[in-house]
Amino acid sequence: MTSLQGCLLVSALLFAIGLAGAVTRRNAILALIGIELMLNAANLNFIAFWRYGPTPEALSGMMVVIFSIAIAAAEAAVGLALIIAVYRHYRTVNLDEIKNLKG
Amino acid sequence: MSLPFVIIAIVTLLAGAAAMSLRNLVHCALSLVVSLAGLAALYLVLDAQFVGFAQILVYVGAVAILIVFAVLLTRSDATPNQTILSPGWGIGIVVSAVVFATLGWAALNSTGLPKEMPPAPETTVKNIGDLLMTQYVLPLEAIGLLLTAALIGAVIIAMRDDAAKTKMEDGRLKMEKPASPSSSGGHV
Repeated sequence: MTSLQGCLLVSALLFAIGLAGAVTRRNAILALIGIELMLNAANLNFIAFWRYGPTPEALSGMMVVIFSIAIAAAEAAVGLALIIAVYRHYRTVNLDEIKNLKG
Repeated sequence: MSLPFVIIAIVTLLAGAAAMSLRNLVHCALSLVVSLAGLAALYLVLDAQFVGFAQILVYVGAVAILIVFAVLLTRSDATPNQTILSPGWGIGIVVSAVVFATLGWAALNSTGLPKEMPPAPETTVKNIGDLLMTQYVLPLEAIGLLLTAALIGAVIIAMRDDAAKTKMEDGRLKMEKPASPSSSGGHV
């Protein structure tokens, strides 16, 4: 097992942990945390392939990760604002109790 | 595979698993901070210093604080006494195990992966800035626009719409009782 494969395995496991948390937990904030973990696992893959790739001087994988971090920050801000708005309406963040499209 | 990489990877994965499985949401947020900091350390091991520090700045500094604020504002910081898993959690676990098995199988069995780490490239902040201002200037502008729009949108979504509501109620009171001045007491 080379070290690139080690990176890929770590990233796959982190992605699976995030996916499991995002689909099994009842709290909406935990689902958002799971999505953040999955995004970070993808970022780790980009960095690993950039580092082991044939032309690391081009910095392309690094650029993708920088933009991806910015997009993840925007996603977290909007997602948490939505959770706060939903909490104000339903008085709960339990995903199983939020079932109505029309409040 | 170097020893620092293995240690940091184990810490990151354990903290990630804790963030997804602890009962108390504040503990989950703190475990997430450990996991994200471990990822930043992994970036440092992989010679991506700028990304590592950006990760600490954005995730550990901003996103974690945002999550803690959301936990406190939605009053979910107490340990829940009911079950924390949704009804179909078994299927979710199976699906994520299948996803991990597929990705791990692909990573272990692909033949075209490079074996050796090439010599470390020169990744100074000057290089990154040059690239951001020349080759990647259009994505940079698009990201700026996206961040502005997302933050304004987040403020508008999370803003209490009390102002609109009181204005509407004032209007209704005036229409019902046009003669009584006491009905719109605080209204100037």
